[in-house]
Amino acid sequence: MDKIEKNLLEQVAGLHEIPAGAYNIRSNGKMSGRNVTANIDIITKEDKQGIDIKIKPGTKKESVHIPVILSESGYQEMVYNDFYIGEDCDVTIIAGCGIHNCGVDTSKHAGIHTFYVGKNAKVRYVEKHYGEGDGNGERIMNPMTVVHLEENARLEMETTQIKGIDSTNRITKGDLKAGACLEVYEKIMTHGKQYARTEFEVDLDGENCSANVISRSVARDASCQEFFSKINGNAACAGHSECDAIIMDQANVTASPQLTANHVEAGLIHEAAIGKIAGEQLIKLMTLGLTEQEAEAQIISGFLK
Amino acid sequence: MLELRNISYEVEDEQASREILKDVNLTIRDHFVAITGPNGGGKSTLAKIIAGILMPTSGQILLDGEDITNFGITERAKAGISYAFQQPVHFKGLTVKDLVSLAAGRAMTVPEICEILSEVGLCAKEYIDREINSSLSGGELKRIEIAMITARSARLSIFDEPEAGIDLWSFNSLIHVFEKMRKEINGMILIISHQERILNIADRIVLIADGVVSAEGTREEIMPKLLNTEGTCSALTDKAK
Repeated sequence: MDKIEKNLLEQVAGLHEIPAGAYNIRSNGKMSGRNVTANIDIITKEDKQGIDIKIKPGTKKESVHIPVILSESGYQEMVYNDFYIGEDCDVTIIAGCGIHNCGVDTSKHAGIHTFYVGKNAKVRYVEKHYGEGDGNGERIMNPMTVVHLEENARLEMETTQIKGIDSTNRITKGDLKAGACLEVYEKIMTHGKQYARTEFEVDLDGENCSANVISRSVARDASCQEFFSKINGNAACAGHSECDAIIMDQANVTASPQLTANHVEAGLIHEAAIGKIAGEQLIKLMTLGLTEQEAEAQIISGFLK
Repeated sequence: MLELRNISYEVEDEQASREILKDVNLTIRDHFVAITGPNGGGKSTLAKIIAGILMPTSGQILLDGEDITNFGITERAKAGISYAFQQPVHFKGLTVKDLVSLAAGRAMTVPEICEILSEVGLCAKEYIDREINSSLSGGELKRIEIAMITARSARLSIFDEPEAGIDLWSFNSLIHVFEKMRKEINGMILIISHQERILNIADRIVLIADGVVSAEGTREEIMPKLLNTEGTCSALTDKAK
């Protein structure tokens, strides 16, 4: 693995070296490393690009890293990864994609991650998207996440895209059975002429299931962001979504939440706020001795922390 | 020493211009100075002018002999002026630790932050990682605001109505913070307040009403005037009655 690839790996998966536990590293469309454990199996799909990750019921405190890196300019791929998480598991899955494009052609990664989470299982899913490279070639990432939660299953998803992706269309879908819980935390920062679209759609089907979707974003320069969320309450359930955006320069941001209650006991809430950095916040930090630029940087990094 | 020379501040209303401060001359050389006076009299405007948040229409400001009139907010802060807001600002994502460290101008260790927070009556364990947002009460936010000023230990610390927006119980315990600060902080403390207990610990009291300094002197000289002058400070006159 060369320096560029190592850096991408560190950015998207926080990996300095080979991780402990199960992993699968995909580099420019090929497997460049894999490890399976007694409880976690990783199998290459035969009919299409991608892998199946199978985690035995009752597996606790184990993790799986499945980073993807693209460093060949112009490389484009579509990958399907399916996760089968057994009952009563408690596991962490770290995915992520880094693109280095120093050429003129468009590099593109699209992936569909589907989670089948068994009864009472707990999953923490962390996903980071990162792009770099000084070429004119675009870096495009279109991830889709589909989550099926069985009774009392819980999935917590953290998704981050802070830098370097020119265009992204992120789709997250979920369906929840009784007592299941889905938490999604999204952080996005766009700059230049970047475009980011986020779409959430969650069906709250089972009694006492809940979903909480929190998106925080910063749109700078002439970038454009769109946030769409749909929460359908089909039972006695609780749904909450929150979209909070800081807009700067000539950026534009759309927030379009949609709540549908198909049951009288469905409690659904949406909060959306778009606005520039409050003048009072800048002034406060400046009275502590920061310049206006330093104050702005602190406010943004705190907001996206 | 802080000198305000002929400070005026005008705002343009729809029809006419209105003078908020009229030719204010004030020299602060004492350790603990309280500014009091009726609401709308120009006290907060004066504090903001000293901190550089508002620029005076005319006049001159000198800090230890240096003319800082044209300094911006950041430059004033670096020159040694600290300003505690009347209404503390919320920050999504920034924690108590972040803000106290920013105030101190360096990365602070947990014991150092603990020391500063305990001064204002907050348990570091409970507060250090709390976000500065609406989950904190008015009294808690005020204490954090004061902790930031303590962390800066600047040449001149300005507090704009530390009692505003907090309950009496919280204020009673805050009084001790100021009493302690009076003993321990080097540098000048300028505090805008209506509270008799704050005025009682001031070396000097300045009364500002209708945009002018209407009286200035020691606590012994000014306190009787405050209590006997109708319409100057309602908190005090009500109490006196």
